[in-house]
Amino acid sequence: MNPATTKPDNEFKESFGQYMKKHNASYIMLAPYFTFFTLFTVLPVIASLGLSLTHFNMLEMPQWVGWSNYTRLLLEDDLFLLAFRNTMIFALITGPVSYILCLLFAWIINEFQGKMRAFLTLIFYAPSISGQAFMVWGLILAGDRYGYLNGLLIRMGFMQEAILWMRTEKYVLPVLIVVQLWLSLGTGFLAFIAGLKTVDKSLYEAAAVDGIKNRWQELWFVTLPAMRPQLMFGAIMQITQSFAVADISINLAGNPSVNYAGSTIVTHLLDYGAGERFDMGYAAAIATVLFILMVGTNKLVQRLLKRVGK
Amino acid sequence: MSENTVATVEIEETEVAENRIREPKPLNQSRLKRLFHRERRINRSAAGNGLLFVLMAICGAFMALPLVMVVNNALKPIDELLQFPPRIFVRNPTFENFSELFYMLSESWVPFSRYILNTIIITGFGTVGHVIFASLAAYPLAKHDFKGKNMLFSMVILSMMFSWQVTQIPNYMIITWLGMNNTYLALILPATAFGMGLYLMKQFMEQIPDSLIESARLAGANEFMIFWVIIMPNVKPAWLTLAIFQFQQMWAQTGHLFLRSEELRPLQYAMQFITLGGVGRAGAAAAVAFMLAAVPITFFLLCQSRILETMTTSGMKD
Repeated sequence: MNPATTKPDNEFKESFGQYMKKHNASYIMLAPYFTFFTLFTVLPVIASLGLSLTHFNMLEMPQWVGWSNYTRLLLEDDLFLLAFRNTMIFALITGPVSYILCLLFAWIINEFQGKMRAFLTLIFYAPSISGQAFMVWGLILAGDRYGYLNGLLIRMGFMQEAILWMRTEKYVLPVLIVVQLWLSLGTGFLAFIAGLKTVDKSLYEAAAVDGIKNRWQELWFVTLPAMRPQLMFGAIMQITQSFAVADISINLAGNPSVNYAGSTIVTHLLDYGAGERFDMGYAAAIATVLFILMVGTNKLVQRLLKRVGK
Repeated sequence: MSENTVATVEIEETEVAENRIREPKPLNQSRLKRLFHRERRINRSAAGNGLLFVLMAICGAFMALPLVMVVNNALKPIDELLQFPPRIFVRNPTFENFSELFYMLSESWVPFSRYILNTIIITGFGTVGHVIFASLAAYPLAKHDFKGKNMLFSMVILSMMFSWQVTQIPNYMIITWLGMNNTYLALILPATAFGMGLYLMKQFMEQIPDSLIESARLAGANEFMIFWVIIMPNVKPAWLTLAIFQFQQMWAQTGHLFLRSEELRPLQYAMQFITLGGVGRAGAAAAVAFMLAAVPITFFLLCQSRILETMTTSGMKD
């Protein structure tokens, strides 16, 4: 079989048959995954993009309405603007902070050896693996004086009366941000741990010879550049998680939350899609706007990551 | 196990050091330095180690909270579970909750073993299938040059940014159209082509030096042999990590959307159904919460220990 990576050296034009013969291994390897990917991901996404231009209540056939879902969404829907604002605040804080936390903790855990390392990985990954772990926060933030946080603050004399944490507008978003940060050592974190494991150890020896003096320099000049592929992966996971936040908001603050203080783009979407309004076309339009938002952010972040270690 | 790993490291290091002695390069100073640092790792101060340890202990206590609560709740007798205000730690531990759970599951209409079988089929095929399909597709995307490569890859990345809540309905229609409604396939086949796994595998495979693949080709290996003998062993931490993610996802599937026959439903469904019983079933529900967390954690620990065994092989050096 011909090596598939070598480009044709000479300028002659290959026939389709020659091309396929040369690359058939590549296409055979791609086939199973992309068959199912097309069926179960690409087609549904295309269908959703199409639906965003219709009015579709899931009972009657979709009706073509052109751009009106989008104009309604961006110009008339005040609640969407609020959800948009909340999502942006939320994503701009939790995204970078939790990305750095993932990296920091993965790197620190990598400093430990053997059993201790496995144990620490489990402990830090625990919130992501224990199912509905964030329900713990329901107890901590309970609004009466028996809630753990209220109890603690009252006993320490910081306040006189219990605070209804999830029913007070100004606390909702900050609390959700804290919970999300606590939950955020998930996919990216484990990928970083595995990435650190594959960094070539001879790089560290060479760096020590070249005059790298401490672990911080080593991190910036050796480790991070060596695991750039994982950093890019982690960034995408972080973006999809921080912009698509909905679960913790619905579970802790309720949907709708008090004065929509915890509403996000996805809770707004769920209102129309799975909620009582049954307007799938409108929900699809919301999804498309969120999609564009994430794609733009991703472009920006990938550009920043190219500068790591330089 | 950890001792073995340390031993291998030392053997490797001595070998490297010996090689360096034979090499005529002016590396005398660094060789001394390296021998001096044999016991510790390069560039590590004791104060720094201590500081990191304290930091990890504090943060760890905070992060372990859900695990601690799940374990304690599972062991609490019913009066402690319903106690107000709730306490974190159990005072009179008991296994009542588990016997109640197993009694309820054995009383169910469909035999308990059937739920377990369903879970094994759905989780097993969903996990293994995804790891294989995603790795297989990731290799050409990372290391081959062909038409449409960038387009395929950006399609996968973009798909991860589209809200799944919206694509659920077209997805349901497609599965019905394929006649897969109310079969295991409705859960397994879409799971084999999730976007994240392909991206993860591709990123790790990119790090494998081309020279390694090229030398295998010169030795006469075809692309499938290269994939199996060179690529997969070198990205073992990656596919073990992917297996953890995918197992977690598949384990959490209740299949309520597609599986209408009770005989096809997984354990997750049966157990979550029990928790809907309200206060009367609080004990069994606590045991359920424990079981739902314990299985993926066991799988996680199995995979993590295998990840730790992987040493960065000398083959990875370019």
